[in-house]
Parts: sequence; C-alpha cells; structure tokens
Amino acid sequence: MSIFDADFMRLAFATGAVVGVLAPAVGFFLVQRRMSLIGDGIGHAAFAGVAAGYLFDVSPVAAALVAAVSAAVGVEWLRGRYGTAGDQALALIFYTGIAAGVVMISAAGALNANLFTFLFGSILTVTGSDFALIASLGAVGLALLALFYRALVAVSLDAEGARVTGLPVTWLNVLLAAMAGVTVAVSMRIVGILLIAALMVLPVIAAGRLAGSIRSTIGLSMAIGLVSVLVGLTISYYADLAPGGAIVLLAAAFTVASVTAAELRRG
Amino acid sequence: MPLAIDLQGVSFAYPGGPPVLSDVNLRIESGEFVTIAGPNGGGKTTLLRIILGLEAPQRGRALLFGEPAESFAERFRIGYLAQRTVLGIDAPATVREVVSAGRVARRGVVRPFGGRDREVIGAAIERVGLTELAGRPIQRLSGGQQQRAYIAKALAGEPDLVILDEPTAGVDVDAQEAFAALLGELHRELGATIVYVSHEFGAIERFVERVILVRGTILFDGPPADLPAPWHDPSHVHL
Repeated sequence: MSIFDADFMRLAFATGAVVGVLAPAVGFFLVQRRMSLIGDGIGHAAFAGVAAGYLFDVSPVAAALVAAVSAAVGVEWLRGRYGTAGDQALALIFYTGIAAGVVMISAAGALNANLFTFLFGSILTVTGSDFALIASLGAVGLALLALFYRALVAVSLDAEGARVTGLPVTWLNVLLAAMAGVTVAVSMRIVGILLIAALMVLPVIAAGRLAGSIRSTIGLSMAIGLVSVLVGLTISYYADLAPGGAIVLLAAAFTVASVTAAELRRG
Repeated sequence: MPLAIDLQGVSFAYPGGPPVLSDVNLRIESGEFVTIAGPNGGGKTTLLRIILGLEAPQRGRALLFGEPAESFAERFRIGYLAQRTVLGIDAPATVREVVSAGRVARRGVVRPFGGRDREVIGAAIERVGLTELAGRPIQRLSGGQQQRAYIAKALAGEPDLVILDEPTAGVDVDAQEAFAALLGELHRELGATIVYVSHEFGAIERFVERVILVRGTILFDGPPADLPAPWHDPSHVHL
C-alpha cells in the first residue's frame, strides 16, 4: 500500500508542505531580530486556545489561531512599550497561557491522548477543514511576506535607521508578530505546539551557514523546512512515530551538518 | 528655501535627571557640511535625537526643513547612518541587499522597485567604489568597506539631509581618513546637507565648513580654523 493511498496522509503531506515553507520564512525575520524563542512562548498561548476549543466545543485550530495571534501581538506591544522590562511581562503572558490551558483542558475532561496530538503533532488528525484553513492562512502569510519583504529586511538590518527614515517600524513589528502567531497555529497539527518554534528557527540557522545572501538564506531555509517536514512525515508513517519529533530531529541534523560544513570550509 | 535644521532655544532633561541641554540655538542651512562633536556625556546624542524628532524638547522648538521635527512628514528625505556597532544581521546580506534597504522609505513600503530604483541603487554602490563587491556578503568586507556600503545605503534614498552618528567607531585610522575624504567628495558632488556627529573631530575637520562643539549647550560654532587649539580634542573641553 502506497503512503499516499490514505486520505489522511495526503492531507498530512499537503498541510506539511504549507508548514514547511511558511515556518522558516517567518522564522527568518524572528531570528534576525534576536526573537528566536518567541515561537515557544506563542505555542504556550496556542495551547490555551486549543483547551478553550475543547471546553467551548469550537474548532481547536481556530481557537488556537485567535489565542496565538493575540499573544504575539500583545508581546510585541509590551516589548515596544516596556523594552527589556517587557521580558517579565512576556513570562506573565506565556505562563498564564499554559496554566489557563491546563485548567481549561482539565475542566473539559480532555486530558487524554488526543491532547498529545496537539502537543507533539499527528499525521492522523488533519481534517479537510483544517487543511482548508491552514492552506488559506499559509497563502495569505506568504503573500504578506512577499509584499512587505523589502520593508521587513530594512527593519531587520537597522530598526532605528528605518524609523528615522519614516518606515512604520511598529506596525511592521506587529505584522511580523501576527504572522508568527498564525504560523504557530497553522503548524501545530503537524509539528505540535511544543516543537513548532524549532521549525521556525533551525532551518534558518542551517541556511545562514551555507547561503550567500538574505534572499538565498530565506529560499534555502524554506527548502530545508519543506524537506524536513516531508521526510519526517514519511518516517513517522512507516515507523509509527509522532511526526513533530521526527521533523525537528531532521531539521536539527541539517543544522549540525551545515554548521560543520561551514566550519570545514573556513578551515 | 527653509533651513535644513533649526533648533530654537532647545532645553532638555530626561525624567528626574539633570538638564542635558540648555538653550541650544542651531541653524544649519541646506547644503552645509557640518560636524557636531563633544565629550562623552555632553549631550550630543540627545541633540541628535531631538534633531531627528525622536525626542521632544521640554522648551524651545526643533524644526526639520521648516516643519516640527517630531511630525516631519517627509522622513524619506533623511539618510541616516547609525553607529556601526548597531548595524547588521546574522544572516549573510550582500552589499546590494543592504544598499537596497536604504531605498525602501523613498519608494514606499509595499511598492516594488522599478528600473529607476535599481539605477539609483547601482549608482550609489558605484559612487562609493563597491561595484565589484556588490554581490558579496557585507560581513566579509573590511571595516572601511562596510562603512562605504552603509554610506551607499544612506545615499540610495536620494536624501536631502544625511546624518551620520559616530560612523567610524571601531574603524582604523586609514579607513577613517578615506571615509572623511569620501564624504567631502560626496558633499561637493551631491550638494546634500551633511551632519557628522562624533565624540572627536578627527579627520573630518579638514572637509567640513563648520564645526559645532556641544557640552550641555553650544560652546563653539564656526569654521574649523577658528576653533581654540585645546578644543580640537573635545575630551579636553572643561567648562
């Protein structure tokens, strides 16, 4: 039996392809702005969204989307307003998120194996409506990145210079945060809430060691993300593993290999 | 034509702190090339932030091209080069990518670059002598070459006012000399207003028309030749 005979695998691969290219593309700008770990925090908030979905009987993906985007935009607002003190406010938002998630999931009586599929990803649970939502959001996310690409690069290179010359730095930061929230919500079905941040960061680190420009770094990181997801899904299908772990271990292997190659090349 | 920069009786203190600037009056005409220097802690960074509209004075007014600096609408007319240490990203960025980033404000946030934009970017790279290195990651260039690339970035926006904040920090003396000469050449060719802010006058003194010495207020404003000898090194300034 071919891996593509089952509907759920076709949905998993299609969804995985969206996640594989979107996560590193958004992650590139987070990494450059020294915000590599923000995806982890947004994942905490997304968990609260999933729990609210169970408790109030609405789509966990849609509820996680609202929670993740709200948290990401809130974090950016706090960072902009309180600077380094915002770091403590971030901790408040993120831990409140995971605590609220645990309370709501307990109240909903959903502290079970199904929850694990959101935490570590699953190839069995992507529904047709999940895919429609994820593909639409992924397309919008990539279109926004393309539209604002030059402005986002300008802010990454020199935020103060961009502000002085009149670029709307605050709004661009909020847009990037919102896209990070969307990426987390979109990716959690396949990669899992606990591992999604890795797919936003590791391919970017790997590509940065091998590429020679911003554009090629983004392109290569998207390729590494896509290959990691598709090969990881295949491995998890045949070996009966949680896909999130397989995908992230592959991305980590790419990173170690590229860092080693770069060191060897440098001599 | 309105003054490029016009500070009228500007005073400033950070909340709960002592006065940083007191009654500063400064008029810089369009097309002038000036350097602002002063000892560390003398208020030149605050002065620069007020000029750029990033801080509001508690007293007095700050105008850019005749408009209040804080609400100046045509910010794309400013070319800005920050201290070298705060520039750059981890990923490899080519000289052309860095210079192109300086064109975005002039072009607009979402409008794609056209032929004219690419022409201006190419000309800016050529003007600083980096055409051969345009495709190379900026991180692999020398300190002096990186500074020239950042100047090209500022020029890519076709600015009427170029502001440089400690642009040669960490660059060796030869590169500082070459950088100062390049600015002198650009000023002659482009006619833009250039304001060079530094903790020392250094090599730039030979190329500017006017030096401004700041320590809490303006202690000296005039041609370099008239600057009292001990003040050529602003760290020797004592009130």
